[in-house]
Amino acid sequence: MKVSVIIDGQMVQIEQGAPIIDAAKKAGIFIPTLCYHEALKPYGSCCLCIVEVIQDGQRRLVTSCNFPAAVGMEIFTNTARVRQSRRMIVELLLVRCPDVPLLQTMAKQMGTGLSRFKTREANECILCGLCVRFCEEVVGVGAIGLANRGVDREVATPFKMASDVCIGCGSCTYICPTGCIKMVSDRKTPNLRSLKMGNCSLVPCPNSYQCETCQIEQEFFKDIKRVIAEFRSKGQ
Amino acid sequence: MQKIRTISDLEDIRESILQDKDSEKTIIRLCLSTGCRAQKSLKVNEALENEIKKYGLQNKIEIKKTGCHGFCEMGPIMVIEPANIFYCNVKPKYAGDIISETVLNGNVINRLLWKDPLTKELTKTEKDFPVYRKQRKNVFYNSGKIDPTDIDDYIAAGGYSALGKALATMTPPEIVKTVVDSGLRGRGGGGFPTGIKWRICSAAPGDIKYIIANGDEGDPGAFMDRSLMEGDPHAIIEGMIIAAFAIGANQGFIYIRKEYPIAIDHLSIAIKQAEECGLLGNDILGTGFNFTIKIDRGAGAFVCGEETALMISIEGRSGIPRSRPPYPAFEGLWGKPTVINNVETFANIPKIILKGADWYSSIGTSTSKGTKIFSLVGKVRNTGLIEVEMGTTLREIIFDIGGGVRKGKRFKAVQTGGPSGGCIPISRIDMPIDYDSLKDAGAIMGSGGMIVMDETSCMVDVARYFINFLLFESCGKCIPCREGLKQMHHILTNICEGLGEKGDIERLEELAHFMMATSLCGLGGTAPNPVLSTIRYFRDEYDAHIYDKKCSAGVCKNLFEYVIDAELCNGCTICKLKCPEKAISGEKKKPHSINPLLCIKCGICFNLCKREAIRVK
Repeated sequence: MKVSVIIDGQMVQIEQGAPIIDAAKKAGIFIPTLCYHEALKPYGSCCLCIVEVIQDGQRRLVTSCNFPAAVGMEIFTNTARVRQSRRMIVELLLVRCPDVPLLQTMAKQMGTGLSRFKTREANECILCGLCVRFCEEVVGVGAIGLANRGVDREVATPFKMASDVCIGCGSCTYICPTGCIKMVSDRKTPNLRSLKMGNCSLVPCPNSYQCETCQIEQEFFKDIKRVIAEFRSKGQ
Repeated sequence: MQKIRTISDLEDIRESILQDKDSEKTIIRLCLSTGCRAQKSLKVNEALENEIKKYGLQNKIEIKKTGCHGFCEMGPIMVIEPANIFYCNVKPKYAGDIISETVLNGNVINRLLWKDPLTKELTKTEKDFPVYRKQRKNVFYNSGKIDPTDIDDYIAAGGYSALGKALATMTPPEIVKTVVDSGLRGRGGGGFPTGIKWRICSAAPGDIKYIIANGDEGDPGAFMDRSLMEGDPHAIIEGMIIAAFAIGANQGFIYIRKEYPIAIDHLSIAIKQAEECGLLGNDILGTGFNFTIKIDRGAGAFVCGEETALMISIEGRSGIPRSRPPYPAFEGLWGKPTVINNVETFANIPKIILKGADWYSSIGTSTSKGTKIFSLVGKVRNTGLIEVEMGTTLREIIFDIGGGVRKGKRFKAVQTGGPSGGCIPISRIDMPIDYDSLKDAGAIMGSGGMIVMDETSCMVDVARYFINFLLFESCGKCIPCREGLKQMHHILTNICEGLGEKGDIERLEELAHFMMATSLCGLGGTAPNPVLSTIRYFRDEYDAHIYDKKCSAGVCKNLFEYVIDAELCNGCTICKLKCPEKAISGEKKKPHSINPLLCIKCGICFNLCKREAIRVK
């Protein structure tokens, strides 16, 4: 069912229950995000996408990436309260990761060059969880996860040991908005790709991706070929 | 144990239990909940059993191992029936006297009675207690009276008759309507009307629905859920069965943290007994209704008390809240409609069903109905659990029931609602306690913790303590809560260390309002409360810390000095002898002085001085 919502004065029709950010896209309104990606389920951790919503007479701030649109909803994406909150988020992130170019650019766009908070941490990861979710939802591997709680939260492999399930696809490197996951080649073992996240290396394929000569690969394909052959013979 | 197949069976069993009761028997109700166990009530039990064996009175005296009586300050506590003699601070060595004097000869032992510290009067029975006089025990009625590990005791006390009434005479919509009309609001903190929650969930589409009882109590200084689970587990189970029948659920969960082993134990026993009796399982009381309860043990994360995180934890993933909507009543545990209520909320249900919505809504204020259990702790004389009617004033709770502040110090503030609550000052002490007035005062009802503070508590330090607690208990998912708390903690630590600057208070306020508006879940949304409420009522203390670099309470070590008042000091030399740093000098019977360069501000001399000659400057 389609519902119409008013976003910054424009009437937009979208599916009921679809997130507000879809309506903004339809209306051509840009909403800054950090943890949102079209290919992934909404997560709502960066809160940068907040918008002000009036629903049932209540006016409040919600995250547009996962708040479902409903009939009669009025949305404002650029009020003073929204701008102020976004600025505060970027400021807080700048404390955590002062050297990340993306955050510096964002801060400049929002009109705060420097953070008013004095502490400086030497972090690069903003814990948006994109890499973790991409690895699990799109790649289907789940080699990394978010470990610990609160201030100690971090992205890591299980028990911070070299992962035996990582396929070295590099998706996490690609999707990371701050570029804190780097792809490095290990020079000691040629052809071996490994991902380096902080201090833990993910060692992927035990046979260094020598697929043509790999025993595991050949047996796997033998099985697949047999299944396909059986399937075809049944069909005829 | 006899299987209860129909509702008339239940009444027959109740009668037979009451008939079997030996009215000649003396019953000693001894508290064996966590608080009294910490004060060796298990040893008291052992000593009493030995004495009874010695006199050969096994058939004449019964020791009933009950849950919490509420007056935890003076544990271990026992009540001797039929005269209801109330003994407190019972030590194992008194067991012989108790049996030989009180039980056999009927003499009251004066040294075991409670003595009012102000009037020096002795209190003989439970009813005469000032602590109990202003209370209204409704939910907590059975705790301290029945043996929680014995279903017969609960049935004899009228238990499960509400379930019988609900299943026999009411339809699910009628039950929901009764709960809505009663005005019961969630006791876990949010205060959402329970009946409305049930109505939404019962109307939600889906065949499979779940009931969850939230027993994940994590507030520092709060233990009412634990005591309820330990002292009256069947009331929670009965409430859950009624709720399940009302919304059409067949599976229930009770989420308890692993730190509550006795609560887990008692609830497991209670569930097993209810299953054996046929009150849980298939075809309950012959009505064709099936319901089972499982206990899920949490690892003690504070954030798992948040409903979405709790459900994710039950599902077996790490407990991290998700954004709402969808609300649990539509999409909860494993995506199915779920009713999640606090254990205290469920314990209210049997009474509402039995006595009706009108009776319940006649108790309390216009917006908050019924009674509420509070854990009264901190610098108050009578520490313990109390249950009062909604609308009772803070003054009545702290001064009449709690006996006022200890050691003649002055009352400063009371912190309600756990770490996410706020501090209420003396100026608002005549405020009636209910959900809305607390919110209006900048605090929350929370699960019902009340920490009383006197003049030796620094309010900036209190705010820093709670923010520090939340900093490590926040899940760390959303930026406002994780990074906001980190900055708040940093600013508050600076102020406490004497590094506060102009603009810090404004920065704290801006951060607080930002966090409240944008945080993902209730934890982040209420986390700034301790900061905002202390700024609101104790701004002068913040100013003194930042501008004058003074902490008048004597807590922030960089911001005060201990000095000896030469007029009051009589030169008893106690402070000089006990000072670990040898910072105090002076001759006998002459005023002493403290060398500020050597003093480490440990406070030993301050606490030792009987003439109160040592002051905070």
